[in-house]
Amino acid sequence: MSSEKKNVLRLSDITMQFGGVVAVNDLSLEINEGEIVSIIGPNGAGKTTAFNVITGVYEPTNGEVDFLGKPIARNHPHGKMKKLYAGGNREKYISKPKHGKKVVSLKPDAIAKKGIARTFQNIRLFKSMTVFENVLIAKHMRRKSNLFTATFKLNAKEEKKMREECYELLKILGLDDVMDERATSLPYGKQRHLEIARALATNPKLLLLDEPAAGMNPQETDELTAFIKKIRDDFKLTVFVIEHHMNLVMDISDRIYVIDFGKLIAKGTPAEVQKNQRVIDAYLGVTDDE
Amino acid sequence: MLNNKKKKVDLVSMLVIVAILFAVNILAEMFVPRTSLFFSVVKKSCVYALVAVSMNLLNGFTGLFSLGQAGFMLIGAYAYAILTIPAEMRDSVYQYFDGGLINEPIFWPLALIVAGLVAGVFAFLIGLPVLRLKSDYLAIATLGFAEIIRAFVQWDKFGPLTNGSNLLRGYPTFDSLASEWFGSPKFSSTIALAITAVCILLIVLFINSTYGRALKAIRDDEIAAEAMGINLARHKQISFIISSFFAGVGGALLAMHQSTIQATAFESAMTYEILLIVVVGGIGSISGSCISSFLYIAASEWWLRGLDSGSFLGIQSTLFRGGFRKVVFSVIIMIIVLFFRQGIMGDKELSFTRIAEKIKRKSKKEPSKKEAEKEVAAK
Repeated sequence: MSSEKKNVLRLSDITMQFGGVVAVNDLSLEINEGEIVSIIGPNGAGKTTAFNVITGVYEPTNGEVDFLGKPIARNHPHGKMKKLYAGGNREKYISKPKHGKKVVSLKPDAIAKKGIARTFQNIRLFKSMTVFENVLIAKHMRRKSNLFTATFKLNAKEEKKMREECYELLKILGLDDVMDERATSLPYGKQRHLEIARALATNPKLLLLDEPAAGMNPQETDELTAFIKKIRDDFKLTVFVIEHHMNLVMDISDRIYVIDFGKLIAKGTPAEVQKNQRVIDAYLGVTDDE
Repeated sequence: MLNNKKKKVDLVSMLVIVAILFAVNILAEMFVPRTSLFFSVVKKSCVYALVAVSMNLLNGFTGLFSLGQAGFMLIGAYAYAILTIPAEMRDSVYQYFDGGLINEPIFWPLALIVAGLVAGVFAFLIGLPVLRLKSDYLAIATLGFAEIIRAFVQWDKFGPLTNGSNLLRGYPTFDSLASEWFGSPKFSSTIALAITAVCILLIVLFINSTYGRALKAIRDDEIAAEAMGINLARHKQISFIISSFFAGVGGALLAMHQSTIQATAFESAMTYEILLIVVVGGIGSISGSCISSFLYIAASEWWLRGLDSGSFLGIQSTLFRGGFRKVVFSVIIMIIVLFFRQGIMGDKELSFTRIAEKIKRKSKKEPSKKEAEKEVAAK
């Protein structure tokens, strides 16, 4: 990787263990500014778990996540995990308050505020709201008004700005013609777009897309490919994608990480990964006695 | 531009409706004889409407299923009564506790606010552990809290403050205020209506704000809301405290309506009544809660009264005796719940723009239908 590019996200030795199950095992990866990076792997490989660790839904059992050079999650096996821990690099992140290595565990909302937005594998729109309101929610966290000023409409300027920004965004993404419709009444592909729009409305620096093309037909997938590239350029984003559609992955990714059973098995450019024997084995399966 | 007023509580409509209610109420006060049950029903349904709306804020708009309403009403009612019983009444009210702890009453509107604040403080403290729970568990915990509060208030050791299990009386009520201002208990229901209208207006303003939107987002999908940067714990707490504040004010209003209060009245059945009002009115609809609280109180205390006393709508029957009212009432509730799952209003609000739109759409649709038929016929 060209070294002049700024590092956006770094996972170091991330292990996520649920009791005896090690969902993510010593995963280390780096994403630089402006890149589109994909993470692929067979079902149950731990891709979504990795996303959930990055966004603060889970607290990793061991390891550190850095966003723009600052830790957003850092943990070491402690408590019950001390005995159960099955991953590697156990000593590295043990808390040494003197050296500033404390446990860091931010909630998802704090991480969203720092500039990581995400979409979900199974669409999670706000069902009772319109398309416009769905996007407007994302502006809530950047509010300057408090309870009192918001209730008594003393924040009219801010409110107006919020609404205008959302309207502009919907216009750019081509959702302005359906903005007063219920979010759930949109066709499936549009709902996916809306989820991305909602994530973009938080003004993120890093966008995490969890299987954005799931359930889409080839034509919609092609559109999505162009769409992701477009928003990366328009909004100066860094994008991290989980995806199963190989066409899309090979088309948009600058780099690809492949994981299987929670472990990183390959990384590199699309061309490199395609030739990697371990990747082929992981996807096609290989018997032990061969 | 950028109008998404469809889902919002329409403020103009609301103000117009409130004005109409006031006009009707004032006319009734002037021309209907004082003996009519109408006034008592209006006052009580005002109280219940406020508490139902506050419960709706929590259950309907935030998706927190809490059953602590009676507890917060109790706190509000007691705070109000304790703070406003005039000094000369204290000796007779607190006859077993040497005239009680507090001797100087405070101005009643101030006491109303304090009643809400005390309930809010309790909500803050209880919310710290309890709001980590979800759905049924939260309901059980808040229900338990309400029962504990009721037991505590009746405890003898708190007697100097709460008068133990004896009742509190002598504080300013709707009737006493009306007599003081207008020389007779006339217009007492207008006072109740005015206070309730202000409180509900405040809740509506809050729900229409960016905070209200955030609460709805939490109701719809907690995980997505959190990913959008909404601090779940904080927003749930805000909602819980505001809801409890107005439940406390509602309790104080109930005290003003009843002229005496006793902790035993605030049992869980009261919470269920309010829950019923919210469900019948439509979960997530402010106007639904208000309409259904009037219908509920009017039906249970006024319209169906004849069922208990022998003659109903001119029909005489031996079936109509004590308790039959409750039977009929339960059947009506069952019918509503079975056939109107969404309640009276669903999650919509009463609004004139909506009604106007509906009429417009209807008048537009009809010709287009005819045209379509013509086309079919032409083919």
